[in-house]
Amino acid sequence: MSEVKYSKEHEWIKLEGDVATIGITKHATEMLGDIVFTELPEKGSNVEKNGTAGVVESTKAASDVYTPVSGEVIDTNQVIVDDPSKINEDPEGSAWFFKLKMKDPSEMDTLMNKDDYDKFAKETSA
Amino acid sequence: METKKTSLYKLHQDCNAKFVEFAGYQMPIQYSDGIVEEHKFTRNHSGIFDVSHMGQLFIYGSENLIEDLEKIFPLNLKDLKLNHSKYSFLMNDEAGIYDDLIITKIEQGFLIILNAACKKNDFKILSKLLDNKYKMVLDEKRSLIAIQGPKSVEILNNIISGVENLSFMSGNWFLFYEQKIYITRSGYTGEDGFEISIFNDQVEKFTKKLIEKGAKLIGLGARDTLRLEAGLCLYGHELDKDKTPVEANLKWAISKERVIKGNFIGSDTINKQLNDGVNKIRVGIKPEGRVIAREKTKIFNQSDLHIGEVTSGTFGPSVNGPVAMGYVENKFSQNNTKVFLEVRGKKYPANICGLPFYKKNYVKGVNK
Repeated sequence: MSEVKYSKEHEWIKLEGDVATIGITKHATEMLGDIVFTELPEKGSNVEKNGTAGVVESTKAASDVYTPVSGEVIDTNQVIVDDPSKINEDPEGSAWFFKLKMKDPSEMDTLMNKDDYDKFAKETSA
Repeated sequence: METKKTSLYKLHQDCNAKFVEFAGYQMPIQYSDGIVEEHKFTRNHSGIFDVSHMGQLFIYGSENLIEDLEKIFPLNLKDLKLNHSKYSFLMNDEAGIYDDLIITKIEQGFLIILNAACKKNDFKILSKLLDNKYKMVLDEKRSLIAIQGPKSVEILNNIISGVENLSFMSGNWFLFYEQKIYITRSGYTGEDGFEISIFNDQVEKFTKKLIEKGAKLIGLGARDTLRLEAGLCLYGHELDKDKTPVEANLKWAISKERVIKGNFIGSDTINKQLNDGVNKIRVGIKPEGRVIAREKTKIFNQSDLHIGEVTSGTFGPSVNGPVAMGYVENKFSQNNTKVFLEVRGKKYPANICGLPFYKKNYVKGVNK
């Protein structure tokens, strides 16, 4: 069984067992425009909740990617480094950013569910 | 101060433009296709740019005006043929650039196209330099649009017959529904194209006709990636009051004959720099990887010495990789000089390179 949550920094987090897969939302890609550069955290590194864990750049500007939960980076998605435009094509599917072995699964509780996120995204972009 | 809107504002809205404030105007940065698609569409087909925020300055006068303008611009204006254009600069006494511009000889005088952010100051400077001797009109009744890309000549000629005969950097008056419009073969994308000066109340109708014939509106975002790939300067980035045309590597735009004679504002500095060389100079910079070095990125040499700064940097959709321009110390300005760019605290390798990054019918190596 898996659960998907969302952060105020426009990341999505899918938890399967103690492994969290993290990416950016469709709404985030629409705000960013064409993504042309991606930098991901190193495999084996530890990232802290709300810390930076990568960069995406559009033709216009660079934006940090934050991790909404803490853990050890166990995998990164080289596909989006080699072809960042994949993020615009399928942000909430094949264009995931990195996978974490979560330290504290209860961190998921502080994040938004889909309905709350959609509302949040709508309000903040208006 | 309230931001201004161009006469095409409603059409931009109807085409789902995202707006940004630029030089006091609400301007479209992109439409629904996005910057990369808009960029490629311009390179492969035909893009329409609303550049109505730019200044259209008409100065009326004859021989005396030519003489007086030669004291200001480093151009041989006496020999500039009717309806022909030149790229030039408005400079201070030290040859620092107040603005870069296009000046065109028209029957009653000159038409000068100025940058939006500079136009009011330019008007003040020029009025003072010309001592209010000539009628000067910074025309707010006219819009300015550009149509750029390989299909533009065919599309525009369909609407305004005869534009196909214009040669590069020349123009003429044409009629659109009995109104005079001025069209020059020019632009700022590295593509063949035209700029059209047309009355505000006609510009929407005209633009819709271009769209009907297959052209698309393109935002300022793609305009920036297009001009950067073409190695063209943007005022406020590559050019400002602290940089001279020689430092900006634009000495081709300065008339040799005029430099020998001197006698224009900034001529002493330009003469000196042409003879003795400059300390810093504008170059192209090609990062080796995919990392994008934005404006203000510091440039280092192989001994880790800080040698310059990036003035514009982005992802070039036609080059399919990052591109940048900047200023480096002259001794590090040779093509293929290896440099390092400091991005988010890390140093990334790059090479000084010739400009432009993208040239028509000449596809540069793809950078992965």
